[in-house]
Parts: sequence; structure tokens; C-alpha cells
Amino acid sequence: MLKILKYSFYDLMRSRWSYVYFAFYLLLGVVLLFLNNDLSKAVITLMNVIIVLVPLIGTIFGVMYYYSSKEFTELLLAQPLKRSSIFLGQYLGVAISLSMSLILGLGIPFIFYGLFMSNAIWDFSLLLITGVFLTLIFTALAFNIAISNENRIKGFGYAILMWLFLAVIYDGLFLMSLLFFEDYPLDKLSLFGTMLNPIDLSRTLILLKLDISALLGYTGAVFKQFFGTNFGLIVSFAALTLWIVLPVLRIVYKSKRKDF
Amino acid sequence: MSIPSAWSNTITVCASCPIKTIQEAIQQASEGDTILVKKGIYKEANLKIDKSITLIGEGLPTIDGEAKGEIITIEADNVTLDGFKIINVGVSYTTDYAAVRIVNSKGFIIQNLELEKLFFGIYLQKSNNGKVLNNKVKGEAVTEFTSGNAIHLWYCKNVEVRGNDVRKVRDGIYLEFSDNITITDNFSVNNVRYGLHFMFSNNNTVNNNVFETNGAGIALMFSKFMEVKNNVIKKNWGSAAYGLLLKEVNDANLKNNIFIENTVGITVEGSNRLVYSNNDFTSNGYAIRVKGACYENHIVDNNFLYNSFDISYNGRINDNKFNNNFWSNYTGYDLDKDGIGDVPYRPVKLFSYIVNRTPETIILLRSLFIDLIDFSEKVSPVFTPDDLMDDNPRMKRIEHDRN
Repeated sequence: MLKILKYSFYDLMRSRWSYVYFAFYLLLGVVLLFLNNDLSKAVITLMNVIIVLVPLIGTIFGVMYYYSSKEFTELLLAQPLKRSSIFLGQYLGVAISLSMSLILGLGIPFIFYGLFMSNAIWDFSLLLITGVFLTLIFTALAFNIAISNENRIKGFGYAILMWLFLAVIYDGLFLMSLLFFEDYPLDKLSLFGTMLNPIDLSRTLILLKLDISALLGYTGAVFKQFFGTNFGLIVSFAALTLWIVLPVLRIVYKSKRKDF
Repeated sequence: MSIPSAWSNTITVCASCPIKTIQEAIQQASEGDTILVKKGIYKEANLKIDKSITLIGEGLPTIDGEAKGEIITIEADNVTLDGFKIINVGVSYTTDYAAVRIVNSKGFIIQNLELEKLFFGIYLQKSNNGKVLNNKVKGEAVTEFTSGNAIHLWYCKNVEVRGNDVRKVRDGIYLEFSDNITITDNFSVNNVRYGLHFMFSNNNTVNNNVFETNGAGIALMFSKFMEVKNNVIKKNWGSAAYGLLLKEVNDANLKNNIFIENTVGITVEGSNRLVYSNNDFTSNGYAIRVKGACYENHIVDNNFLYNSFDISYNGRINDNKFNNNFWSNYTGYDLDKDGIGDVPYRPVKLFSYIVNRTPETIILLRSLFIDLIDFSEKVSPVFTPDDLMDDNPRMKRIEHDRN
């Protein structure tokens, strides 16, 4: 598995897309710092970008990589190799190279700007950690969709739909349900609703760490009581990990049974 | 050493003088005398001043009340108290003990005091035409019910409160049933409840004060004809904090104030005929939160800069005028180059309307879906009052004239 991981990783490192992705984040970091002149403000703006773009790029990249390396995968399958290690190696190769582009692309301008001397360093690290989690989650989901669909167009369609659902539609449904049940105590429901969606969970985690948490008022207090404690932090990271583990298990399960 | 005086006597108090206690000096003094207290620690409480005398501390002598109750009570006209450090006021749940209490008096001057370890600080009760100047009050308040107010006015008229520095008490300055009070150049920081608190007080002026990191900056309640000008209200931040609370306030004028980094800049409820002009609202959670029953208010020539919500509003009826403000969130254009945007600005976002209805939805703050519905509401308002808009939004930030 490590060999395949290494191969996928180097293959992606040499590909144009990794550089485009890296350059995009580098540019974003530089421009944000140039315009904002303030590290902690830049972190807030960056959050908006990370919450939306990281899942989208992870999804598209995952699907794209699976389909484009399909012939090579079939070649590998002819060798005496475990199926799970082929697919997991490919998955990790994509996810790790994307995470690296993210960390380096954003990290370099921030470090040059004096991140280590600023107290925004914890907010920034949390931002990067959730960014990496989101990359791992959405690449895994993308691989799932690609494995289950032979038809590329269908696969891409489902992948985009999945992103759209989790990034936009879910919040819409969530909002509707909150408005519909407004006569009932809603703090448990809203807590539960946020836990179920990795994008919402990451957004809430970052928002609560940032200064704007006081804006959330009473609801914020309930959330802060939960996420502010070590227990809450562990539970939410456990939820994020679960979001990685379940799709990865499904990749393993599907790849074993798939007929090539 | 006593200062010779032709028209009145001066009594000197010190550890090695014939008169060793302030209590004794007050008893011996007659109307118009001056008592000069030398540097030292005087363990005295329940000092009653019932004649028109002047008490001056030299080198900041300390009066230690040893938590026995009230320390100085003034019950005569034209008393001056100057330059003391007063500590250890008794704490009681039934009596409001104060470091200095003035009862039914006129023409008092209370200045250059330093109060520490106090319950109530300077308590003015039915007293008129006096001054409270340049005092420093430093409390150790933790909760609202075990602490008192630094400067407390009850049924007072024509009092000047200037240059005081109040920290860590319940309310920095508190006024109840007090009219024609001017509050200028004060510094009110870290108070548990409010920096400045008005109840049923009319015709007062609040000028050039700084209110920072209080539970709430200023609370104006049930008052009329107020002037609030040139104040800086900042960092009142917390889940129940706000910069300025207006509740049942009519005919007030809010001008040239600066609101920075408050959870809510101004919360307004049931307040009519107010004029908000030339204020700066910078980086607040909400700049102005209108809770209802507010009519004929004018919001003109203000800067709204980088607030999460500019205006929050519930209800669909609007009778307030917004005009000539600068909104940093404005995205319109100015084709005729007259500095006024050609498209009106709608300061109420749909999301702030939803949050007002169901507060729990705030958890979706900064989600992509919310940005989308805000955008569609901006294009065609359905839920927010369609006449709530600034017809002449400015293209450039207003440079206010502040001296």
C-alpha cells in the first residue's frame, strides 16, 4: 500500500493541478494579508473560503483522479496485490497531496507575515486542521461515488450534487426545520444538526474559537458550553474522524466486490 | 503647620497634633472653617458633617472605615471634601453603605478622592447644585448583587460629574430621578453591570466620556431630552452585552459618538423622536438593533463600518428615516459622481430578520446558504420592510469633525 501511496503521491506532485491548487492558496494568502493587514481578520475571511472551496476541490479532484487513473488501476489489479491497498493507496495519495498544497500554500505567506509572533496562531492551526479533515472527508466521499459509478458523467454529477447538498442545501433544510419547530427548545436539535454535517461542524468549531462567538448569544452559550470543553472538542473531532472512517471502509468494501 | 486665614479658622489634624482625629476636628469646627488633614492613616467611620466646612487632605491621607459601615455623611450645605483616600466601606444587604454620602445638601464639592474596597462610592441623595470632580474609584465587584455603584445620584438636580475614573464596580455612574446633570470627561471601565445608568432622569448631558469593557456601556431607561455626544463606547463584548441601551427614551440626541467592537452597538426599544447623527459604528456584531415600537427616529450621516449586521429589525412597519449614511457593505454605483450612490441601500438582511424570529438559527452564521438568501432578499425584499432603506447612501466614508 505504501508503494502505491508513494507512486500516487509523486504522480500528483508532478501533475499540473497540484501546482495550480498550491498557487491558488499562495495567492489567496498573500492577497488577503495584503488587503487586510491583520492576521486575525484574515483568518476569518479565510474561513469562509476554506469551508466552501476545500470540500469542492477535494470532491472534484478525487473523482477526476479516480477516472483518469482507471487504466493504471486495472493494470495494477492484474498484479498480486491486495485490492484494498491499491485503492487506499490511491486515496491517501490524493488526499495527502491536496492537504499539503493547502498547508504550504496558506502557511508560507502567513509565516512570512509573522504568524509565530501573533496570537492568531491557534486559530490558524485550527483552520488548517479542519481544512485537512475536510480534504480527507470529501476525497473519500468522491472516491466512493467514483467506484460506484462506471459512467464518468454520472459520477461527476453525483459528486457535485453531494457537495451542493452538504455545503448549501443541508443548511437550507436545517434552517427550515429550526423555523418549523421554533416553539420547541431547539438547542439540542441545532447541536445535533451541526454534528451531522462536516462542513457545518467545521464552521461552528472555527466560529466559536474566533471572537465573533459572543454574537451567537444564548445559542452560542449553549454551543460554547459544549464545544468549549475538552469533551465537546473530542466529540466533534470524533465526528469528523467518523466521517473519514466510514467512507474509507466503504471504499474497501466496494473495491473487494467490484467487477472490473 | 497651619495656613493662616483672616476670615475663618483652620484646624489641623495629624498624629502628633493636639487634634488627632477627624471626628474631633469636625466637632470643634464652626461654620466656614477649614480642616486640614495631614498625611497618615485615620481609622474612623461614621463621620457626620453637619456644618458648612471644608475638609482638605494633604498628601492623600487615608481614612480607613474598617468595614464598620458608612464613612462620611454630609448633611450641610456648601461642604467641600478634597484629597482623601477612603477605604473599607462596610458591605450590607439591607443598607446601602457609601464611602461618602451627601443628604439634602446644596453647593457641595467632592473632588480628588480615591476610593477603594467600597460598597457604594459617592452617594448623592436629594442634593442639588454640586460638583463631583476628578475622583478615582476602584472596586472589586464580581457579582451584581454584592456590589454597589461608584457614583450614585438619587433625586438630584444640577450636578456636574466630571473627570472621574471608575472601575470594577456595579454601575460606574448611576442616576435615578435626577435632572439637569452634566456628565463629562469620565472614564468608566470594567464595571460588572453598566458604565453609566439612567433611570427616570431627564434633560441630562453626557459628553466626552469613555466606556470600555463594561457589562454594557450606557443604559438609558425611561428618560427624556437627553444629549449624548462625543463619547467613545467600546469593547462591551459578551453574550448579553451592548454599547448603548435605549429603553423608553424620547427626544434624545446622539451625536458624534464612536461605537467600536461591541456585541450590539445600540439596542433600542420603545424610543421615539431620536436623532442619531455623525456616529461611527465600527466592527460591532450588530450596529443598531431595533426591538420594536420605535417611531420617528432619524438616522443620518453615520458611518457603518464592517459590522456583522448593520441594522436588525423585527416587524414589517417602519417609520424611521435613514439618510446620507455611509455603509461599508454598500455595493451600488454612482454614475453622476455626486458622492451619493444611485441605488438605495437596504441595511436589514433577511438573516437578521430570521435570527430575530428564531434566535437558534444564528448558528448558521456565515454559511453559504445564508449568503445566498441574503442576496436574493436584497434583490427583491419580501420579508424585511421594503421602505426601510437609505435612499442616499454615501460612496465615501464621512470624515466627522471631532475636536
